[in-house]
Amino acid sequence: MPLVEVRQLVKEFPVPGGWLAGRRPVRAVDDVTFSIERGETFGLVGESGCGKTTTGRCLLRLVEPTSGQVRIGGTDVLALSGRELRRARRQFQIVFQDPYSSLNPRMRAGAIVEEPLVIHRIGRADERQVRVRELFELVGLDPGDMTKYPHEFSGGQRQRIGVARAIALEPSLVVADEPVSALDVSIQAQVVNLLLDLQKRLGLTYLFIAHDLRLVRQVCHRVAVMYRGRLVELAPADRIFTAAVHPYTKALLSAIPNLQPGAKLERIPFPASNFRPLPLREVAEGHSAAV
Amino acid sequence: MRCDASLASTVTPKADGPLLAVSNLRTVFPVAGGEAAAVDGVSFVVGRGETLGLVGESGSGKSVTALSIMRLVSPPGRIAEGRIELEGRDLLQMEEREMQAIRGRRIGFVFQEPMVALDPVFTIGYQIAETIAVHRLARGASARSRAVELLQAVRIPDPERRAREYPHQLSGGLRQRAMIALALSADPALLIADEPTTALDVTVQAEILDLLRDMRRSFNLSLLLITHDLGVVAEMADRVAVMYGGRIVEEGPVPRVFATPAHPYTRGLLASIPTGAPGTRLHAIPGNVPALGQLPAGCAFAPRCVDRFAPCTERQPELVDIGPGHAARCLLHDPAARQLPGPATGPAGAPR
Repeated sequence: MPLVEVRQLVKEFPVPGGWLAGRRPVRAVDDVTFSIERGETFGLVGESGCGKTTTGRCLLRLVEPTSGQVRIGGTDVLALSGRELRRARRQFQIVFQDPYSSLNPRMRAGAIVEEPLVIHRIGRADERQVRVRELFELVGLDPGDMTKYPHEFSGGQRQRIGVARAIALEPSLVVADEPVSALDVSIQAQVVNLLLDLQKRLGLTYLFIAHDLRLVRQVCHRVAVMYRGRLVELAPADRIFTAAVHPYTKALLSAIPNLQPGAKLERIPFPASNFRPLPLREVAEGHSAAV
Repeated sequence: MRCDASLASTVTPKADGPLLAVSNLRTVFPVAGGEAAAVDGVSFVVGRGETLGLVGESGSGKSVTALSIMRLVSPPGRIAEGRIELEGRDLLQMEEREMQAIRGRRIGFVFQEPMVALDPVFTIGYQIAETIAVHRLARGASARSRAVELLQAVRIPDPERRAREYPHQLSGGLRQRAMIALALSADPALLIADEPTTALDVTVQAEILDLLRDMRRSFNLSLLLITHDLGVVAEMADRVAVMYGGRIVEEGPVPRVFATPAHPYTRGLLASIPTGAPGTRLHAIPGNVPALGQLPAGCAFAPRCVDRFAPCTERQPELVDIGPGHAARCLLHDPAARQLPGPATGPAGAPR
């Protein structure tokens, strides 16, 4: 059974009042269905505003979906009451994009990592200290830095703090929302490798939200491409790059800067007016597209 | 004497010389206990019609280099040393009034964030026409129609209408185009583009890069392209200069540097671009990007370098020629340093 099952997820945002009042709400997520196996890294790619971040947040109910179904580990997440949800949140955590704004600047690094343990009343204070020390070592931070504040760390180290906090409760699912796009190129690989290592050691399942298609190809098992709130293609990572079917996927791939100097550039345009909201259908085994 | 500085100083101010020659530029900022050089002994040239890619991570000094060329380093930062010759004239010797005539007229500037360049309270068309008028190229109705032509040149659909709109009414991609039109409005010889596509989606980035390439041809521009993205360099630039810790650590023709990168940092950057098989680890450069004023003695990259040997932590490497137009600031390529005691580490192989 898959760890995560998302069915016909919809999130509508009301268009704010004024002269627009009474207009149809904006569908940020429109009839999205996918599942993620245990231990899998599932990539969700698309351009800004396509709904990928909202989808990730709906899964964790950081944003309340309008309709649809989300099951994580067999639990119907959308049916949970406030208290049940809080308890269930141990199972799913998020790593945010910006390590500069997602950490409380007034808390020491150790306390940031410890906080989820405190909230879920896990262990005594001295036991938690031991656990935080372990977590620091696990993500490649010096436990001697537990008393420092976020601004005393580099961007890459700050993202390690965010990762340590996310895995403190031993979740089964981690939503990684653009976890390295705010980092310097030479640091990105360090953090991605950390995520891959942790997956192996802790058996984590990732929903990896990203716009860097090269990175997605290397770290994800399967990839879903999103456009205007809808999934337009879903396939094993390699197939997305070698056997894309949907014209938007093709356009996206053709826009990646070519690393071969002097290579002939063949951009494939995808005018927004060409878009038709079709349902996904299987075009090959494990490969579906909205065509 | 740095070999790169002596090389650049032989450039004579002639019309057929390079359009831009920066020599031994040093720009400093105050830090606790003194001053630190964000740009330290940087020399390069940009030929007429040429595109130079200036690559680096945060804190490498690439953006400060661009601001120095425009003489827009904000105090208390200051240019401590060097020469910046544009068409043979040293910009650093000019009166501020003269410099104002250079900005926009001879050097256009494109930023990462268009709202830095565009004024929110004036229409796009007005801002372009005003720039044309300030530089006394045209006035009134003729400046306004020139503005519409420029918006058309940067492929903004319905330019007549867009000229009457305000920056906030345009999408990110259109705003970037409007800023390029503004930068080109006084027909400059050099365009400095600082991360022009970093904030954009990949499909919009591709459109803007294609546009810059076309504009370079139709406006006969030289381009100084500042970016952290080696893919952008591969697509756009003729030559590349890689910066680290305020210095150029490698410079050369793009095909050569990409095929045979000579500096361990360049090799690491190229190798860290994900291209491998699904599920495999990425090639990472260990350590952190050094902060301003916290550069180690010796080579700035030594603490992170997989190829370092004994003298690297003590000696400041010079830029050494290693091939036609190709130079690297690394002791691996300095025969004198290789004879010093220490493990005889040869240059490592190509990345991956």
